[in-house]
Amino acid sequence: MRSCDALIIGGGVTGTAIARELSQYRLKVILCEKEEELAFGVSKSNSGIIHPGTQNVPGSLKGRLCVEGNALTKAIARELDVDFKQVGELIVAFSQSEVGRLIRIKEDAQRLGVKGLRMVDNAWLRDHEPNLNPDIPAALFAPSAGIISPYRWVYALALNAQQNGVEIMTRTRVAAIERLSGAGRGGMFLRVMTTSAEYDARFVINCAGLHADAVARMAGIDDFSIRPRKGEEFILDKKREHLTNHLIFPLPTPVSKGVLMIKTSDGNPMIGPSALDTEDKDDLSTTEGGLRTVLADARRLVPSVSERDIIAYFAGLRPVAGDDFIIRHEDRASGMVTVAGIQSPGLTCAPAIAKLVSRLLKEHGLDLRRKIFFRRHRRAMNHLFSIPLSRTARLVRLDPSYGDIVCRCEMVSAREISDAIAEGATTMDGIKFRTRAQAGRCHGSFCTCRLMKILADETGRKVIEVTKRGECSEIVLKDRGDDQ
Amino acid sequence: MINKDLVIVGGGPAGMAAALSARDAGVRDILLLERDQYLGGILNQCIHTGFGIYHFKELLTGCEYAGRFISLVERSREIDVSLKSFVVRLTNDRVLTFLKPGKMETVRAKALIMATGCRERTREMIHIPGTRPAGVFSAGLAQKLINIEGLLPGKEVVIVGSGDIGLIMARRFTLEGARVKAVIEIQKQSRGLMRNVVQCVHDFDIPLYFSHRISRISGRDRVEKVEAVRVDEQGNDVDGSRFEILCDTILVSVGLIPENELIEMAGAKIDSATNAPLSKELNTTSIPGVFACGNCYRVYDLVDSVTRDAQVCGRMAAEFLAGAR
Repeated sequence: MRSCDALIIGGGVTGTAIARELSQYRLKVILCEKEEELAFGVSKSNSGIIHPGTQNVPGSLKGRLCVEGNALTKAIARELDVDFKQVGELIVAFSQSEVGRLIRIKEDAQRLGVKGLRMVDNAWLRDHEPNLNPDIPAALFAPSAGIISPYRWVYALALNAQQNGVEIMTRTRVAAIERLSGAGRGGMFLRVMTTSAEYDARFVINCAGLHADAVARMAGIDDFSIRPRKGEEFILDKKREHLTNHLIFPLPTPVSKGVLMIKTSDGNPMIGPSALDTEDKDDLSTTEGGLRTVLADARRLVPSVSERDIIAYFAGLRPVAGDDFIIRHEDRASGMVTVAGIQSPGLTCAPAIAKLVSRLLKEHGLDLRRKIFFRRHRRAMNHLFSIPLSRTARLVRLDPSYGDIVCRCEMVSAREISDAIAEGATTMDGIKFRTRAQAGRCHGSFCTCRLMKILADETGRKVIEVTKRGECSEIVLKDRGDDQ
Repeated sequence: MINKDLVIVGGGPAGMAAALSARDAGVRDILLLERDQYLGGILNQCIHTGFGIYHFKELLTGCEYAGRFISLVERSREIDVSLKSFVVRLTNDRVLTFLKPGKMETVRAKALIMATGCRERTREMIHIPGTRPAGVFSAGLAQKLINIEGLLPGKEVVIVGSGDIGLIMARRFTLEGARVKAVIEIQKQSRGLMRNVVQCVHDFDIPLYFSHRISRISGRDRVEKVEAVRVDEQGNDVDGSRFEILCDTILVSVGLIPENELIEMAGAKIDSATNAPLSKELNTTSIPGVFACGNCYRVYDLVDSVTRDAQVCGRMAAEFLAGAR
């Protein structure tokens, strides 16, 4: 039996942002993630957009947290050495009547505190977005929008939390939650049974994404459910990096922000996501319909988007629990904190959600005393694809393995693979998310063998034990050498 | 900065033949850059026979074919070989920057031959929908896993596309004890050589479906099954023809793409349909003094043709150098 002040369930961006926030206080914090690695759930299929705070209803949690989250993300990304690019966003109108809606969006956003918004006309758009559909009469420009790598962001938050004492348990699925009262423990506490161990926690923070409703029910809370809403996204070749200079949005629909032209911090443009309600929380399949819809909608924005430029695609599930986030202390199950329905703009909001959660914990009696030695900063690993060659030359002199290129499409060196493994990658997807090896145009055809060997060597496993994303996803099924 | 008369990028069959032919035509100062730790390129994983019928008038394995060229290159004092050397930048005045373990080097070439080969088209490029589990391989990767690493990717295999590598891998998997349950080809006939259709598929009683495509991949963590469907002359799905095949592995063998991202970076014109260089004359590119040969110039069926093409290219580079002097 282990005890802690706060047990966080879920190692996506919300859970890790909360872990990092709480790690500055003198608390025992444990984070449990059911998957093999962090960011393998909802967070892995994210667009990577740090929204400015537009397209939210004034008075909503999303509206308030998004503006705050935008500023916090920039600040924390600097502290954690995560690449954040403030590329700005254009919400475009296709007709004069849509221009009226844009103006309303602008006014709503200004009420929420979004800064720097302005309307731009067709001439401005031709100058600044030459590939944009020339018939678009006007757009709302939101300069504070930006992009970040959702994976590297989650991993940076988690590593920094770990440096500051948070314990992170992967492959740990919560099976049951009991409310108990214990003598000498200051009243009620929650006992959490997991596949790894049992924990007694004063507070349990439910950031379980698609499964937040199931976790809540374990504690007797059954007034919300999570409905997955599938989004399919298509990644284009890095050669098309400059297809657009900004994030391009159409006007939002009732269920989503529409199909976007997305810039990513890796350089590859992305188009999507679609939005389709589904029942199955495991359904990460892409569809022919999804491709058709996304291509057609993306071409309305940028007519030259070509099917031939698509090098990868994926589907993600948004955890929808009504129109707004649910973030609250559960008075019916004291100590339970629900953080549910964190769909878009959840990535942006995560650091603001973390602050809100820490306030909730304080209101409910947790003593938040700051650590004297909180390590606020960390240095990220180097990524050759994002630095100038002159710096690469210096790195190669310092460590020869920077000159040993493993992934040719994305220029990833052996040193970066080792760094990723040292930072916690245990699977091929974990390496891909951290380094981009296998994520380029050849899709791992050339580097898979080498990566498997490095991963096996450095984690002390056999090559046949290497998996794509955890148990049951082994890459190869047999070693012929074992026959002899 | 190093200066070289001729730099060749790629130490596979094309690069080696070009280097030897340029030397024979009088070039004395040649640098051959290869990113792998061995010369030979993809031939090293081709342990089947069928190579050399035209060039050597013998039936060789890919490894043997490569081996003969490797020993010629290694014995040549005029050809400097740099292994584990990965070119990261090329400019239109033929200045290359390459990385190798421990150093980054820049070299200025009076003439440059690109022999960078090709890559396989992927599942993503033909947009097969469905899940994205472990167990989906390009045919070439599966070949490397089996022939070089001694690892068997899977036990129940469906092959998408009937390119030569796919056909050869159908036989290879069968010989390794796996069961190849189907080869699915969207066209009405194989894209591969007839001898491979006969020797690798028919001889092993492997079902070969023409005018069919894979319409869905299923399986959460590892491939569990595929859905196949017949297509008509216009490429539309035929109603009622859908069926499922249980399998744990999918090989994709749906064509090859010349690798020309480096010269594209240097500003060379590239045909957007084929990814091959656009030029007026054979084996040239739109950048003067930059030549291309082998599969990065045009995807060939036989290595013997690659060799012949590269030999011509080596002589052209030599003539260019002689003219520039």
